[in-house]
Amino acid sequence: MTTDDYNRKGEKFLELFNKGKEFTEELLRENQRLRYRLASVEATGAPSANQEEIQQLRAQMQVLADENRRLHERFREVEEENKDFATRYVEIEEQNNNLANLYVASYQLHSTLDFREVIQIVQEIVINLIGAEAFAILLLDEKTNELRTIACEEEAPWTGLENLTVRWGEGVLGKVAKSGEAYYVNQDIEGGEITLEKPLAAVPLKIKEHVIGQIVIYSLLQQKDSFSAVDYELFSLLAAHAATAIFSSKLYSQSERKLNTIQSFLDLLTTT
Amino acid sequence: MENTTFLVVEDSPTMRQLISFSLKRFKNARIIEAVDGVDALKKLSGERIDLILTDINMPVMDGLKLVSLVRQNAQLQNIPIIIITTEGAEEDRERGLALGANAYISKPIQSSHLIKTISELLSTALG
Repeated sequence: MTTDDYNRKGEKFLELFNKGKEFTEELLRENQRLRYRLASVEATGAPSANQEEIQQLRAQMQVLADENRRLHERFREVEEENKDFATRYVEIEEQNNNLANLYVASYQLHSTLDFREVIQIVQEIVINLIGAEAFAILLLDEKTNELRTIACEEEAPWTGLENLTVRWGEGVLGKVAKSGEAYYVNQDIEGGEITLEKPLAAVPLKIKEHVIGQIVIYSLLQQKDSFSAVDYELFSLLAAHAATAIFSSKLYSQSERKLNTIQSFLDLLTTT
Repeated sequence: MENTTFLVVEDSPTMRQLISFSLKRFKNARIIEAVDGVDALKKLSGERIDLILTDINMPVMDGLKLVSLVRQNAQLQNIPIIIITTEGAEEDRERGLALGANAYISKPIQSSHLIKTISELLSTALG
């Protein structure tokens, strides 16, 4: 190797060394710049790109959480409304059922002028719609001022209903007839045992304030524990409608009898 | 459950009317009435019936006999039957169901309960 070769190698090495030096200086400058940037970021507290994203996401999460809470509240409200509607639906169903019973009862009571048929219909209503097992229908005999059984349904131990006689104003039944106010044992402050004189219910049959009889109930069908709301409505309906139906059918049969008598009398006159 | 034909077997006109009134909830329901078991069998021979509602205590032929005869008849045996009666004892219920009734309802009836029972039976019958 000649001296020139050594010189060329030395120059190349120097050139490399200078480039390395420049690179090192550049790295030091960048390092310093980053340190400065870091220091300034730490000093100002400004978020980095990631932190901004995190904060945006946190904000979105908060919005979603609020929305979720709002929806939960709305859901609870709707659930409450739904319960209210369900309750209302049941009430309307019950009301519908009650109205159907009342409609059918009044329709049937006024469907005939035959006295026996009217009594039969009253019995059907008391058995099928109210659910009575033992009961009696009493009518007032204005001559003796006594109420007497004209129809009944007996079921042990309730026997003797066929021959019930009640003096106007005497005992529970007599007082019901006199006052025109219905009697229910569950509303009786004295309560006590059910007897022939103190039944489960006694409903006066009234035309305006004029009492013509009463329906007396002693026991209910075994599947029925007590009177329901519609039963009291039916009792009110029976008190008025059964009374007019019984009264008008009675008048009709009496007038028919009189008409027949007069007709026979006229026939007799014309033939002689 | 449209265009359903019901046969109401009941000797009491009041109950027939009340049941028929409840059945009008079914769209285009056709209601045929019979006053006892014999009358019901006559109506069954001339009509296509989808469901029978029968009382137990009736003159001429009672409801239990009617249920039994319907179940023995090849043409009628699949018709759903509901017994509606004042007889509320458990043994009466068991007897009615054992004879082939699909449901047993004690009087006084709740219209909503009757409708629910009928809907369930018709759904089952229609598959």
